[in-house]
Amino acid sequence: MSQIADHPQVVDRSALLGWLAAAPGAVYLLAVLSIGLTILTPHFFSVANLTNVALQVSVLVIVALGMTLVILTEGIDLSLGPVLGLCGVVMAMMVVSGLPLWLAIGSAIIIGAAFGLANGTLVAYVGLPPFIVTLATFGIAQSLATMLTEGNSITGLPDVVRWFNAGYFLGLPVPLWATAVAFAATYLLLYRTKFGRYTFAIGGNRQALVLSGSKARVYQVLVYVYAGVLTALASFIMTARMNAAHPTIGVGLEFDAIAAVILGGTSFEKGRGGIAGTLIGALAVGVLRNGLNLMGVSAEWQVAIVGLIIIAAVGIDSIRGHNA
Amino acid sequence: MSVQAGTSAAKAPAGFFGLAPDRLFIVLSRLVALSALAITLSLLSPHFLTWNNTVNILRHAAPLFIMSAGLTIVVLTAGIDLSVGAVLGLSACLAASLITQGYPGVGIAAALGAGLACGLTNGALVAYARIPSFIATYGMLWIANGLAYVFMQGEVIYGLPASFRSIGVGYIGPIPIPVVLMGVAIVILQIVMHRTPFGRGVYAIGGNPIAARLSGMPVQRRLVVVYGLSGLMASFASLVVIARTNAADVSLGEEQLLPAIAAVCLGGTSLFGGVGGIAGTAVGAIILAMVLNGMNLLGIKTFWQAGVLGLIILLSVLADQLVGSRINRSSR
Repeated sequence: MSQIADHPQVVDRSALLGWLAAAPGAVYLLAVLSIGLTILTPHFFSVANLTNVALQVSVLVIVALGMTLVILTEGIDLSLGPVLGLCGVVMAMMVVSGLPLWLAIGSAIIIGAAFGLANGTLVAYVGLPPFIVTLATFGIAQSLATMLTEGNSITGLPDVVRWFNAGYFLGLPVPLWATAVAFAATYLLLYRTKFGRYTFAIGGNRQALVLSGSKARVYQVLVYVYAGVLTALASFIMTARMNAAHPTIGVGLEFDAIAAVILGGTSFEKGRGGIAGTLIGALAVGVLRNGLNLMGVSAEWQVAIVGLIIIAAVGIDSIRGHNA
Repeated sequence: MSVQAGTSAAKAPAGFFGLAPDRLFIVLSRLVALSALAITLSLLSPHFLTWNNTVNILRHAAPLFIMSAGLTIVVLTAGIDLSVGAVLGLSACLAASLITQGYPGVGIAAALGAGLACGLTNGALVAYARIPSFIATYGMLWIANGLAYVFMQGEVIYGLPASFRSIGVGYIGPIPIPVVLMGVAIVILQIVMHRTPFGRGVYAIGGNPIAARLSGMPVQRRLVVVYGLSGLMASFASLVVIARTNAADVSLGEEQLLPAIAAVCLGGTSLFGGVGGIAGTAVGAIILAMVLNGMNLLGIKTFWQAGVLGLIILLSVLADQLVGSRINRSSR
């Protein structure tokens, strides 16, 4: 428990006001959006729509969980969007060509992990800036996905694949289970294991990484691998929902994931933040997009609005951090 | 010409008498890459080593260089501008739309103004709000993309007037106008970067930010100018691009970021700031234009382009980093 107490975001604050003052921007955004949308549109606060939001946001939550760990290490992974597209394409192509589902899933997970391994190794061992490394692998993943499919979508998936989106397990939809399991696993990894302590330590103090030798670097690589694996898992839900795999489906998802993480209060400096905030952040981004859709705001404006919100959130976070 | 330019850029920060060993590696490796590429492509394709194709390569290299030169100055301050491609796209859409409606002056001013505004906003966010540059400019990437989408509503604009198109396809004597613009930009930027307090300040901010601040330099104001310049150069490049292609649509900006970053990395400018320069980026832009031209001549599908650019970025930063750290270790 002691390592948790070291991180101010996770400390249980008895004073409600103090908690509100320290709460990440996502809490306010989510509250304002929910109240505003309930008043403005009759459709928002309905079981059907809220279920829809929850299902839609599941892919984002799973990718954003991995992104949180990467950002906690003062890194960034821009390649997660195209990697999601690539994993979906590989899985779909293998299933359509008649290979067993487990092999297709395994291969996609290995690809996600391999991209994470490459990203992490270049960042941790070679010392290259994360945004350059992952921008380069962004291009490579995108090229591979479009090459494999010649730019087309893979359709004609067997019914079994749709289970990832439309299936139920113990009365709850599979995407919700996947989100819950990914969250629980990430929570345990982050707050109960050495892996988690290193994740915070790498971001909190770069010197610590150097002084503690190569072991910290192993964990830094594993953070990127973990993000890649989670992205592969998210690609199955995405492919199932679309009932097709499209090579560029993931492009831009890394942007929503970064928005969710930052809105959730995880900071690029000092290894501050955590995954509870990311969950709220992803919900806020999901509700924002859902609300903009319900209000008939075009997809074009949505892109610009989410960009503005990211910058505003980081700006407020940065100014708060420097004043504190 | 490009060869000498590459050498002088690397020389400047290292001193007058010679290159530091790691800079020497960068200069030599780029020259080897350039010649190997030229020889291979001329063996593989009979069309490569023709006057028309050489002019074509340089014409493509020019806007790429202009955009990457602004980015280079940002990278010299140890920052990054991920929004250059999107800003180029937004400016191109504004300019093309207004010019085809019969307002060439307004169109050019609007494009340059939009680029400058995006850049200055980036600079203010980085310098005053202290947002990490990759995140501020990444947000700006999507804002500019979104605005371009909203502005264009899925349209493609084509058919620009011939008088405007001359900056993309015209000639002064035997030399294409974009190449002249590139040459002028190299000369002006070299003077600015190496002969003015501003330029020396950029190197100082990237090389040793604490010393730069303690020496009383207006670091924050200078950073705003640097990012503003990057946005302005990207929008200037957009004019050359649309004048050449005679068309603009929203997808234009989405394909520009990887080439811009690749040109800077190929040019040997350190991503950690303070080392490198404009002339290196000119060589990088020419090598890249040659690679893309070669892929085109050899009939390699455009699907591969993003992957090839990604590999080029990785290979050049990886080689520089590994060789640089080895040399530094052995000389210590």
